[in-house]
Amino acid sequence: MRLFGKYILIMFKSQTQYLTSFWLLSLGQFFVPFSVFAGLYFMFERFGQIEGWNFQEVALCFSIIHMSFAISECFARGFDSFSTLVVNGDFDRLLVRPRSTVLQVLGSKFEFSRVGRLLQSVIILTWALSELTIEWTLLKTITLIFMILSGVFVFSGIFILAATMCFWTVQGLEIANIFTDGGREMAQYPLSIYKKWVTRFFTFVIPFGSVNYLPLLYLLDRTSGNELLYMISPIAGILFILPCLIVWNIGVRHYRSTGS
Amino acid sequence: MKAYISVFKLRLTYGLQYRTAALAGVATQFFWGFIIIMVFEAFYSGTTTPPPISLKQLITYVWLQQAFLSFVMLWFRDNELFGLITTGNIAYELCRPSGIYGLWYAKLIAQRLSSAILKSIPVLIVAFFLPEPYRMPLPEDPAAFVLFIVALLLGLLMIVALSMLMYISVFVTLSPAGSLLMFGVIGEFLAGMVIPVPLMPSWLQNIVYVLPFRWTADFPFRVYSGHIAKEEALIGIGVQLVWFVVLVGLGRLAMAKALRRVVVNGG
Repeated sequence: MRLFGKYILIMFKSQTQYLTSFWLLSLGQFFVPFSVFAGLYFMFERFGQIEGWNFQEVALCFSIIHMSFAISECFARGFDSFSTLVVNGDFDRLLVRPRSTVLQVLGSKFEFSRVGRLLQSVIILTWALSELTIEWTLLKTITLIFMILSGVFVFSGIFILAATMCFWTVQGLEIANIFTDGGREMAQYPLSIYKKWVTRFFTFVIPFGSVNYLPLLYLLDRTSGNELLYMISPIAGILFILPCLIVWNIGVRHYRSTGS
Repeated sequence: MKAYISVFKLRLTYGLQYRTAALAGVATQFFWGFIIIMVFEAFYSGTTTPPPISLKQLITYVWLQQAFLSFVMLWFRDNELFGLITTGNIAYELCRPSGIYGLWYAKLIAQRLSSAILKSIPVLIVAFFLPEPYRMPLPEDPAAFVLFIVALLLGLLMIVALSMLMYISVFVTLSPAGSLLMFGVIGEFLAGMVIPVPLMPSWLQNIVYVLPFRWTADFPFRVYSGHIAKEEALIGIGVQLVWFVVLVGLGRLAMAKALRRVVVNGG
């Protein structure tokens, strides 16, 4: 953990060397989800609601998933550019070091400019929470925090899975974007608006549903049946990282250097 | 002119080699398409007043967007060109006997075209055979289809002219990342890539209609689905031509100006 902190510090220093460029990039990152949110706003202005959900509720859903995405992109980006590590043989170097490969790959890259994205979702989250009348209890607050955390774990898990594919294909595959970018776009709406097969896949295979849809029902008092189940569902998102790590370790064992 | 054509051909065949990568891209496009259509469907299911564009036309819009993404995305970047500018290797390019604007223009067009050929055909074929309501309808009539092709190609010429302006701006800023990201995001929004132009509020539509971005995506797609009538489409094609001439003129001017100021450091 201390090593991880050091990695972060070094990266932070190196990226803030070019300050103007850093701020411009952060500002740009602020605008990416902002334009999506503007689109959302215009859709609600025209249609008023989506399958019984109003704008504020969807905004809450939106901000949680975007916040999780921004955080995990900030920290787990090393896995995203993992294919370059494999291609130019730098991964061999990591293998001989006496630390876990996961930690080292995590430490190979951080994207601090994602602060822009994060700030954007913090603003929307605050706004949505102030507009919605939720009776806050301690349990609900904890659930909200767990939702964000759970999302971070799900996205990081997908980044790890995508990187693991590099052990077999050398090149990263664009198809992983379906689950990162696509998952984010999909989970910004309550899952119930989609067709059954989409909802099922993203609840039971990749647990986006348990990141925000199910606990959202609890936050908004829309649950039917056992509340506890809705409340603890974010844990499924956190557990999602375990199989991803297992697959990663299988991949590492399977790894043959490209020799360069 | 011959030099430009050979650069174009070279890049086209080069781009056409990445078939597996394109196939992975196709899968991604499908997923996006389905998700977006389902969201629109959900919005449409609860509405009482008829929206300005029918769901069927909207579905066409979405599939065309997915199929021709490489025609309409602004942020389709060529890092090689950025590299040339920022590392100073631009000096070599300047030694060539043909104009740099035309050369880059030909290269960028070929890249987009090869990527679109590989992606659009599989996406369209499958989209035509999908079960309802996802199926993409055939064009209204042959005339609309011809107009669509013309509008789409003119849109391609326009988007490359627009992105040339982006590359030229790097001569001034030297750092492509931040400002281009913003340019790309705002441009794509105004082209109707986030939500279709007909669904935007009217004040925003007024802004969108005076800017060049919508002619690259929104216009050809709506011509295909018949949301823009044929007579109107003909006028639109004229507007596209004017924009194209203006953008290329601007680009050449800016390029000449930037090149005069360029200082190549040794090394």
